[in-house]
Amino acid sequence: MNSLIPLLIAAPLAGAALLLLGGRRLDRSGHWIGVLAAAVSFAFGLVLFFQMLGRPVSQRAVDVKLFSWISVGGFQANAAFQLDQLSIVFVLLITGVGSLIHVYSVGYMAHDERRRRFFGYLNLFLAAMLLLVLADNYLLLYVGWEGVGLASYLLIGFWQHKVSAATAAKKAFIVNRVGDVGLSIAIMLMFTQFGSFTFSQVFAAAPQESRGGLTAIGLLLLLAACGKSAQVPLQSWLGDAMEGPTPVSALIHAATMVTAGVYLITRSNAIFDLAPDARLAVVCVGAVTLLYGAIVGCAKDDIKKALAGSTMSQIGYMVLAAGLGPIGYVFAIMHLVTHGFFKAGLFLGAGSVMHGMNDEVNMRYYGGLRKHLPITFATFGLGYLAIIGFPGLSGYFSKDRIIEAAFAEGGTEGWILGLTALVGAAVTAFYMTRIMLMTFFGERRWQPDGKGELPHPHEAPRVMTLPMIVLAVGSVLAGGLFTINDAFVNWLTPVTGHSEGNSPLSSGTVTLITIVCMVAGIGVSYLVYGRSAVPVNPPVGSALTRAARRDLLQDDINHALLVRPGSALTAALVYFDVKGLDGVVNGVSATIGGLSSRVRRVQNGYVRSYALSMFGGTLVLVATTLLMRSV
Amino acid sequence: MNPVNYLYLAALLFTIGAAGVLIRRNAIVLFMCVELMLNASNLALVTFSRLHGNLDGQIMAFFTMVVAAAEVVVGLAIIVSIFRTRHSASVDDSNLMKL
Repeated sequence: MNSLIPLLIAAPLAGAALLLLGGRRLDRSGHWIGVLAAAVSFAFGLVLFFQMLGRPVSQRAVDVKLFSWISVGGFQANAAFQLDQLSIVFVLLITGVGSLIHVYSVGYMAHDERRRRFFGYLNLFLAAMLLLVLADNYLLLYVGWEGVGLASYLLIGFWQHKVSAATAAKKAFIVNRVGDVGLSIAIMLMFTQFGSFTFSQVFAAAPQESRGGLTAIGLLLLLAACGKSAQVPLQSWLGDAMEGPTPVSALIHAATMVTAGVYLITRSNAIFDLAPDARLAVVCVGAVTLLYGAIVGCAKDDIKKALAGSTMSQIGYMVLAAGLGPIGYVFAIMHLVTHGFFKAGLFLGAGSVMHGMNDEVNMRYYGGLRKHLPITFATFGLGYLAIIGFPGLSGYFSKDRIIEAAFAEGGTEGWILGLTALVGAAVTAFYMTRIMLMTFFGERRWQPDGKGELPHPHEAPRVMTLPMIVLAVGSVLAGGLFTINDAFVNWLTPVTGHSEGNSPLSSGTVTLITIVCMVAGIGVSYLVYGRSAVPVNPPVGSALTRAARRDLLQDDINHALLVRPGSALTAALVYFDVKGLDGVVNGVSATIGGLSSRVRRVQNGYVRSYALSMFGGTLVLVATTLLMRSV
Repeated sequence: MNPVNYLYLAALLFTIGAAGVLIRRNAIVLFMCVELMLNASNLALVTFSRLHGNLDGQIMAFFTMVVAAAEVVVGLAIIVSIFRTRHSASVDDSNLMKL
């Protein structure tokens, strides 16, 4: 039954092909084809999962070779898939959340005339993402990696008639390319060092490799992860990516694609375990990003951009955990899955709010929506409680374990990382409470639209609320289910390994401090946004607030560090080209032209002067002949 | 009489003809000067024939005369045609063949 694995990818790929090539006659039914493709893929995933569950632990991972892809001398690349405990988690998350979001999009995109194409792109994304997590070698993973990048580009720029969306798509693509270069160089390094890029062979050969080589590969993989997962310093594209339709933000830029970097690091655990320097870089990136995203999330008034900052921050947690090595891999993936549930749910909730509020995204123009959007309020609220780590909900289990793991790293490093994660938890509670209060509580601050009419918030149709409810249930239960008997840890340990580390603080103490931090965050947020009315026009704010509103000056920094030197370099090259190369060529031609226009005067049109020159020439010839003969 | 004197005469005639071609402007005079140069070379050829005691030079001279006759026909026709259009036989007036 292993032949199901290729079918897992084939279903959405066929859906994408059908929708994108099918033409207008599929306009009316196309979205259901897209939903069907995603659902079929999810069904295959479930079948494979239960089959895997039925096998003993040592035989759970299976390999399927589809065909020999490239075979040149010693260079062998197979289109082969590997389904192990890690891949199946991703398969279920991608197809499960993906199917829900497909269903949601049926309602959300109901009035878009290009809906068929939208579903085609979504299916294409599912196929590429499944290829990414199912590949059994880095080269095939790279194909999926680029595929999701393409799908992300197409979907961010889906409303390409808006300049901002087109620009955001281009920005996301270009920033991602920087990371992709890291991955491609890492693959080349692996081939030169290990002679292969299949996971099994690379990981088997890794212990014989020098530490420097492993560190280089690790850092390049980290660069790739930074690009795809929007980690500092390649984080700038995620906020702008919110220009895409909200289901895209939920599926690609919250639940699945942006977690590909975490997958890459966890998958390459054999390399990172042997390269502590690279791991240190990973935890630094994770720690910086989790604070960075949280701070940005606090200042944004655009509900989607605030959630984007939150996504960045939560992925920072995952990267931090993945960088901790065997202490953290399992919790990184666990947080990834729970985050997939609650963040997708939050984004769908935001989409539902926008749906009711004439596509308004500014939270300062919301307020008091809980009565008008009861289902959205309930599902969003559950997602909110899950993300801030309210005891008993899924975020509590996964984030708490990451904070514990950070302390368990030991030494000064452990303290720094642990405290960073705690501060992050407090800030998370602050900005999420802020979103909650500004959107659903307080008095109405609704603004009239272009026609001068106030919005009439109404609950979304059932096709949209149903996925939100399912995701809300998931965000409530997932964490708890995973922790029963350490089910999730035991499930993943054969792939990633696991060790407890030695935490200076007991598990109970960490939990207590985390809860205190959370409550403090909620309290401060309530004092600022709950007790007094939220001003419709944003106050000037401190220097930090102003910087955070501009994404902590990321674009200005990129502009100063990269764009301006790049423009200067091109300007210099153009100058050299115009003045240097063109100058030489033009100079030669001008000299010849000038010379010949002077020589031209000889041709004066008088017969006698021509005769004279003939005469002179003859004389010279005769004289020369005579001279030569005499010599 | 020393045949070399004929060569001096031929050189003199040729020089007069060449100087005429270079100096004079009237197309007819120019033409006559060209003929003078041709006849000077004919004289030189015949003289060489005499000096060397064979007929090669004389045969050359016949060729020259035939070609000169043909040239006169074409040349005079051109001059007449130019005179008709420009009302002038001065070669300096026909100076359009330049940039």
